[in-house]
Amino acid sequence: MAFFPHLLLATLEGLVTSAVLALTALGLSLVFGVMRVVNVAHGEFFMLGAVLAWAITTALGGHPAIGFLLALVVSPLIVGTVALVAERLVLRRLNYNPEATIVATIGMLYIIQQAALTLYGPDARPVEPPFSYRILLPWFGYSGYKLSIVAASILLLLATWFVLTRTKIGLIMRATQYDRETAQAFGIPVDRVYAGVFALGAMLAAVAAVLVVPISQAHYLMGLDPLLLSFIVVIIGGLGSLRGTVVAAVLIGLSDGIISVFFSPTLAKMIATLLVALVLVFRPQGLFGTAAR
Amino acid sequence: MRNALAISGLDCFYGEVQVLHGIGLELRDGEVLCLLGRNGAGKTTLLKAIMGLVPAQSGSIRLRERELTALPPHEVPKAGVAYVPQGRRLFAELTVAENIEIGLMARNKGAQTRDSVLDLFPLLRERLKQRSGTLSGGEQQMLAMARALCLEPDVLLLDEPTEGLMPSMIAKIRETVGRLRERRVSTILVEQRVEAVLSVADRVVFIENGRNRETVDIEKLRADPALVKRYVGVG
Repeated sequence: MAFFPHLLLATLEGLVTSAVLALTALGLSLVFGVMRVVNVAHGEFFMLGAVLAWAITTALGGHPAIGFLLALVVSPLIVGTVALVAERLVLRRLNYNPEATIVATIGMLYIIQQAALTLYGPDARPVEPPFSYRILLPWFGYSGYKLSIVAASILLLLATWFVLTRTKIGLIMRATQYDRETAQAFGIPVDRVYAGVFALGAMLAAVAAVLVVPISQAHYLMGLDPLLLSFIVVIIGGLGSLRGTVVAAVLIGLSDGIISVFFSPTLAKMIATLLVALVLVFRPQGLFGTAAR
Repeated sequence: MRNALAISGLDCFYGEVQVLHGIGLELRDGEVLCLLGRNGAGKTTLLKAIMGLVPAQSGSIRLRERELTALPPHEVPKAGVAYVPQGRRLFAELTVAENIEIGLMARNKGAQTRDSVLDLFPLLRERLKQRSGTLSGGEQQMLAMARALCLEPDVLLLDEPTEGLMPSMIAKIRETVGRLRERRVSTILVEQRVEAVLSVADRVVFIENGRNRETVDIEKLRADPALVKRYVGVG
């Protein structure tokens, strides 16, 4: 292949990675931003979303689109419920202490992972894409489903942005993020906001996983990579900044796609990690974050 | 006269350290009651305890017939207590309009309340779209008061509203407190300097080491400034 088609292919692959990453990282960023806690189990909510998508589509049978659409709705709801229960049973009892939460969510990571291994097994299993239309470009054909992932991700990001900036719920979330105590003094039930945000963060990861599972496969260890990449994105983009998260996800996704195709995937990971180091040294609040007050 | 708020035997702790020792006071309907005391005397803690932000170990805080210590913190404002914290504590990243909206949401007040509050602070009306963190100190204080008044509170808690402001602003804030008094909003005002309260307060409670000492009418204080020296040091 000539250079340009090669670059186009790499860019498209990078965009698909970015789209999935942006949703996953946004979930982590919301939890990080509003609750000021690090959720190490975030990747496992992603994995749970994918595994549930497999379970739902397999149980339903029939046309792949029906099972997939059902999974797209039901899987995040189940994952959100799991997160809600975890938040009530564990995080709230720790009073959202940052250090204790890290340790507790590491524990949750293993519990969810091992539960998946026990109930779902060690195999990687595919989910059929809802449609298999191929877009024919002059140089190569490209999966229409992959492009629909990008579109779905953009829609969900816009919806999240709308909720955060234009609705009462979003206003309550932002107020809680900026000043928990004063929010309480104005009638905002902070612990209920926390529970909701934690569930919402997990649901975003689950949606991303359902979208990606037709092109990757569900596996009980698949949560690790999204977790690491999400951390990278959140650090580069800035704590709790939606814009920063999206920009950083596109940056990391594209560079991952392009560098992987032209050089090697290892180099892509190295550059991403180097970028994190540079951001931490020169702009610790992230590209779009505001310094903590 | 009826009491808007009655506190008795209130003990509060930060961890192991007892900060309030059996505080007891009454806020009469429509009066401005000033808490005067040195740094660290427990004035701010007392306001936070009323808001439920610092838990009460023992004692009671009654708003009319309602026991506030039994409520979770976010229910206290809904019961009718509004709080203007020390240092303003605006949601700095949010706009002026959004800060006001949060005040309105606390007790489901609408456009009418918003208008009457903005009439009190016409300056804010021109700045609705501005990020509140970029306002001047005095404007921020006005917004903090406006946000609290959006609750149409039965009791207003004001923590050092004139702290760190330039003299012209201090005069304006004091004028506003005076106007609220005319509207018969029962107010607890925390101050460190006596000259800040002489013109607006009805009664003064001296707080020392987490205990309330004398309660005096403002006329008496004007006549006998020596009292102030005793509790606040420099008069």
